[in-house]
Amino acid sequence: MKVLVPVKRVIDYNIKPRVKADGSGVETAGVKMSMNPFDEIAVEEAVRLKEKGVVSEIIAVSIGEAKAQDTLRTAMAMGADRSILVETDVVTEPLAVAKVLKALVEKEKPELIILGKQAIDDDMNATGQMLAGLLDRPQATFASKVEVADGAVTVTREIDGGSQTVKLALPAIITADLRLNEPRYASLPNIMKARKKPMEKITPADLGVDMTPRLSVISVAEPPERKAGVKLDSAAELVSRLRNEAKVI
Amino acid sequence: MTVLVYLDHEGGVIRQASRSAITAATRLGDVDVLVTGPDAAAAAKSAAAIPGVKKVFAVTDTTGNSELAEPVAALLVQLAGGYTHILAASSATAKNVLPRAAALLDVQPIPDIVAINDAETFVRPIYAGSALATVKSADAKKVITVRASAFDPAPAEGGSATIEEVALPAGPGGSTFVATELSKSERPELESARVVVSGGNGMLNEENFKLLEPLADRLGAAIGASRAAVDKGFVSNEYQVGQTGKIVAPELYIAMGISGQIQHLAGMKDSKVIVAVNKDPEAPIFQVADYGIVGDLFTILPQLEAELDKAG
Ligand SMILES: Cc1cc2nc3c(=O)[nH]c(=O)nc-3n(C[C@H](O)[C@H](O)[C@H](O)COP(=O)(O)OP(=O)(O)OC[C@H]3O[C@@H](n4cnc5c(N)ncnc54)[C@H](O)[C@@H]3O)c2cc1C
Ligand SMILES: Nc1ncnc2c1ncn2[C@@H]1O[C@H](COP(=O)(O)O)[C@@H](O)[C@H]1O
Repeated sequence: MKVLVPVKRVIDYNIKPRVKADGSGVETAGVKMSMNPFDEIAVEEAVRLKEKGVVSEIIAVSIGEAKAQDTLRTAMAMGADRSILVETDVVTEPLAVAKVLKALVEKEKPELIILGKQAIDDDMNATGQMLAGLLDRPQATFASKVEVADGAVTVTREIDGGSQTVKLALPAIITADLRLNEPRYASLPNIMKARKKPMEKITPADLGVDMTPRLSVISVAEPPERKAGVKLDSAAELVSRLRNEAKVI
Repeated sequence: MTVLVYLDHEGGVIRQASRSAITAATRLGDVDVLVTGPDAAAAAKSAAAIPGVKKVFAVTDTTGNSELAEPVAALLVQLAGGYTHILAASSATAKNVLPRAAALLDVQPIPDIVAINDAETFVRPIYAGSALATVKSADAKKVITVRASAFDPAPAEGGSATIEEVALPAGPGGSTFVATELSKSERPELESARVVVSGGNGMLNEENFKLLEPLADRLGAAIGASRAAVDKGFVSNEYQVGQTGKIVAPELYIAMGISGQIQHLAGMKDSKVIVAVNKDPEAPIFQVADYGIVGDLFTILPQLEAELDKAG
């Protein structure tokens, strides 16, 4: 069976984002970009399913600027077989991304779509659920374990008080949580091989999707800075300060 | 304007975070609410007592289907007609269900709002809280999750809403609820606790992590953890505080052996008072801590308990 894995190019998670001076957004020019960490986990899961013989083909998709090619190459170096770049300069909102993915799912007919649970730039945590809604297919978000057998997938999901297990008929949509797996590093030979793997380039218009964002950004600001406080020498002083100064105990 | 709030409850008692969502909702208009689950009747009573709530929709369901996103999203869409806004407190449940419903309504959801500027304009953190975005929605309906720590909870008592039983639609099918495993704890709920004691990688192992319990007992605190502690199996995932875990803002947050990476800070930096104990004087946690002790936590922990016993 085929798996589709959407991967987003975001500011590397080790970089502290800087708000632009004019308050229009976050600076991305000259900043190190990487694959969204949750999407690495999604790719890894697809690759493991392929290694188990459950999956025959993995297609990575990215919607964004031309540079999202790099992210797709990384996905292919990790083990995706081919990729699709849906090129747009517009900020990609989950609703529009879900519409693009729906069009691709209808074309490619994957039985499983594994997304990240959350993009660490917009922190939306929405695209997978929205795609599942648009496709009218079952969903399992925040997956920490995935097992495919007999035309169904059993997923353990992380919920607030513990975990939950659901069983979905295929085709289904899964979003990956951090504990699903540890993604591999792409080896140099695999990075070289990935250069030769096919990458299709299309635009949202080719799929009939309007990318116009529904949310307009009025401003982006730094959050109020917390100041470093004092270093204390002993537990006794801490308890006394908490009691008499901060009055929280 | 009328707002529908999807409430979380535990055994029929409305969660404090959901009462915060009601506070946010009352700033937008009249408030109706939805409760689901096997204890929906009790939850409906508890919801009806919250001042500001006009009407409660209750779905009593013992099949487990109300645990699934597909039928609940379909229900929200079915109820959505009369409402300008659909809200819920940010929780794993709400994040599972609301975006699905939003897609069916052709709406771009607005997650994790921390402020309401007007009926269309909201403030939300992005990049793990490194920036605050003010966004204006062009959608006819708004689908929103509310960061509970940013809004005071509505009182639990004083209201008298009407209750209406509704049925859960079938949803698209193909999804079966198998089981839920909840970890039991006598401690206060992490997200609404007045004091949180969290441990990180510095706790070294599962055994040592338990050393935080006597301190938490003395302070009536909930226990939290960094992702490193969760990853290494010191505690299970529901303890994780941070960008991709729980967001807490207690009166007092005590970080033991946590370095303070941005992803962790995202979940706790709005706490009123932050205490950090770390042996590395350069640990970034000290940049946000009101009170810090540089030292070995295994030495400081028992001293802290002794001091609390002395003073208390
Ligand atoms: C996409 C993504 C999402 C993430 N989401 C989260 C999240 O939600 N929450 C989260 O917490 N992390 C999250 N992380 C992980 C985060 O980046 C850090 O790796 C993690 O927070 C580190 O945990 P830690 O501080 O416990 O461990 P470490 O960074 O290893 O720090 C341990 C600290 O303990 C101190 N220490 C060790 N021994 C002692 C001792 N005996 N006494 C005193 N101090 C001691 C050390 O000096 C050190 O500062 C995420 C990462 C990614 C990529
Ligand atoms: N522009 C994009 N291109 C490819 N995948 C995306 C894009 N935006 C979101 N996704 C996928 O949707 C997941 C959740 O993103 P979000 O809903 O924005 O938090 C990500 O982890 C990706 O798997």
